[in-house]
Amino acid sequence: MNRLPHRTALAAGLLAILAAAACAPGDDEEATGDQTPEPTSDIQTDPSQMGDVTLVVWDQEVRGGQAEQIETLNAQFQEMYPNITIERVSRSFDDLMATLQLALTGDDAPDVVQANNSRSSMGAFVEAELIIPLDEYADAYGWDERFPESVRAVASYSADGVTFGEGSLYGVAQQGEMVGVFYNKAKLAELGIEVPQTWEEFLAALETAKQAGELPLPFGNVDQWPGIHVYGAVMNRDVPPDAVRDLGFGRAGADWTSPDNLAAAQEISGFVEAGYFTDGFNGAGYDPVWADFGNGTGVFLIAGTWLLADLDAALGDDLGFMLPPPREGEPPVATGATSLPFAVTSANEHPDAAAAYIDFITNADAMTIVAENGLVPSVDAGGQSAQSTAQEEVFAAWATVTSQDGLVPYLDWATPTFYDTIAAALQEMLGGQITPEEYLQRLQDDYSAFVGG
Amino acid sequence: MATTAAARSVALAEARPPGAGGGRPPGEPRRVAYLYILPAYLVFVLFLLIPLGRAVVLSLYDWNGLTVAEWVGLDNYREVVADEGLRAAFGHAAVLIVFYAVLPVLVALALVATMTRARLRGLGFYRTVLFVPQVVAMVVVAVAWRQIYAPDGPLNQVLRAVGLDGLARAWLGDFTFALPAVGFVGTWVQMGLCIVLFLAGVSKIPRELYEAARLDGAGPVREFFTVVLPALRNEISVALTLTVVAALRNFDLVYVTTRGGPGTSTTVPSYEVYRRAFEIGEVGSAAAVAVTLTAMIFVLTFGITRIAERGSA
Repeated sequence: MNRLPHRTALAAGLLAILAAAACAPGDDEEATGDQTPEPTSDIQTDPSQMGDVTLVVWDQEVRGGQAEQIETLNAQFQEMYPNITIERVSRSFDDLMATLQLALTGDDAPDVVQANNSRSSMGAFVEAELIIPLDEYADAYGWDERFPESVRAVASYSADGVTFGEGSLYGVAQQGEMVGVFYNKAKLAELGIEVPQTWEEFLAALETAKQAGELPLPFGNVDQWPGIHVYGAVMNRDVPPDAVRDLGFGRAGADWTSPDNLAAAQEISGFVEAGYFTDGFNGAGYDPVWADFGNGTGVFLIAGTWLLADLDAALGDDLGFMLPPPREGEPPVATGATSLPFAVTSANEHPDAAAAYIDFITNADAMTIVAENGLVPSVDAGGQSAQSTAQEEVFAAWATVTSQDGLVPYLDWATPTFYDTIAAALQEMLGGQITPEEYLQRLQDDYSAFVGG
Repeated sequence: MATTAAARSVALAEARPPGAGGGRPPGEPRRVAYLYILPAYLVFVLFLLIPLGRAVVLSLYDWNGLTVAEWVGLDNYREVVADEGLRAAFGHAAVLIVFYAVLPVLVALALVATMTRARLRGLGFYRTVLFVPQVVAMVVVAVAWRQIYAPDGPLNQVLRAVGLDGLARAWLGDFTFALPAVGFVGTWVQMGLCIVLFLAGVSKIPRELYEAARLDGAGPVREFFTVVLPALRNEISVALTLTVVAALRNFDLVYVTTRGGPGTSTTVPSYEVYRRAFEIGEVGSAAAVAVTLTAMIFVLTFGITRIAERGSA
């Protein structure tokens, strides 16, 4: 009997809590969309005329050269325009990912933020009208001419955030990144192989390396995502770039089960059978594998340019970099994007100043500073002086692929669930659990469910 | 107000001779008790009940974390039941319970039973060493085991050194062995906890009980079942509760070692919660999975303690 009041108290407590919490999540905000400051038709592009402004900027440029370039540029900006104060909040990528959403929906939202290109970040912010389209600023500052289309595409969304890769521009980025092929020059010389210029020569080089007892393609895929990059490098040889873009941006009109996609899936399965990859690659870590490559294990490494600084330090003059060599007569195509684009929040009361700041840190002078700090500038990469041959090769590769509009998006951007779909299916196909046909069907199911095909 | 009333009732209780008729018998709970638990209860409500209630409410909405949510009733729960991938994840959790809870308890019981028959030198030292995995952060444990399981890692090196090349494999990339490999890490972590708990329990058993059993002609097995096992009932219940909870909320180990791979062979419900909430922006669905998992943990632990209580009555 004495247990009853105990229980009623608990029940009453629970009820009260439920009642208190029972309002639709998300609607306790003032509708943020209504507060969006409309960029006035006459945009002010001279920061010195903007009066006293404080800009709170959230970035994730925290490592080595990244931190140095942004500090240099911030200092230059403030020196030139003392009326604008930059309050920099720097966070690591993971930290930024975890906190940005809350910060943008909070009362004290920052003015300029680095937002990840993906649907779950930038796409969701666009949909919720937390960041503003920059088209008018793009006109005013000539960003359309400065940034090649394939670079702008990775920060473009339709106004409802549903269509990715086209529509309005929501951010511009300072640095470029792409998946290419690192190679060990000393190994190539030992094997008597020239640097492959075509995909056919590349395949021949893999076979030669294998026959000579070298590891042709170091590959660690226990982390799941590295496989997507390696797969993209093979896929881009077999599938036309426009189709890759439709698949990667999750736009209707493409087909994962097409014959050229099947050719790509079969080709990479052939790599497994031929023993080109690290033994037990599905259980090998990404970091140990590239570290081993830096210590002289492996001939070619399909990986992103973000490894440049570390591999440069490990291999020095022996390190080379090239775009994944195209098939005979085909244009260069590489999977890649930019560093996180800088976007302007709708909570910002000085969009003109924010845009002026973004323009300043991405203009030609800024690109030189980015390059000086060992990073790949998102534009004008070709003309920059590099500190190492590999860096020079990376700059040249970026300039080549962007100027010929050969940049294609990461495949996992396609749909909100596509990362998991392709990561798991790829491990299963490469591990021999499913056939290339079954693999492609899994991708097609996810893709068509999203685009409604 | 409440205090004075409480004080008066205490005073009244004291004024009456103990056990005198009319009032409550001594030791019966009085309302004033709520006052004593109030501070703890407030903390409990603030940091546990409210978030839990909030999660339950969230689980009834379709919400991406940013825009206004849409009421969907129990749809998220229907999806949880219908989702094949999620059912597989709960199945993996069941396998992990074997590795996290059943195995450590059985092995620890066997070890402790052996220890009761032989005096072990340096028991304190072993106890500390065995308990260390419990103290080390799970992420550190996971990183270490990831290296042990690597294709050219220590485990495979040992296997090859003793001529068992056929057994060497990329453990975390193997579709059959990845889940047991992850589970074994759990066994390794939880074993120390079980042993320490059981050793404490065994030390309470009076020596006379063993002597009596031996005088009656009990062998080691009989002695274990009639003396050791009944005495350890509470410890086993505690060990099972802790390890089952650890198995079901396993997140960090999977996140660091396999990320659910290869394929989807090591996915677990907690990882699904994280993925849905923070990676694909389905907060409502994530909350539904979390609430389901919480309910499951509650039922299991409740069952374990119930069985232990009934057995001891």
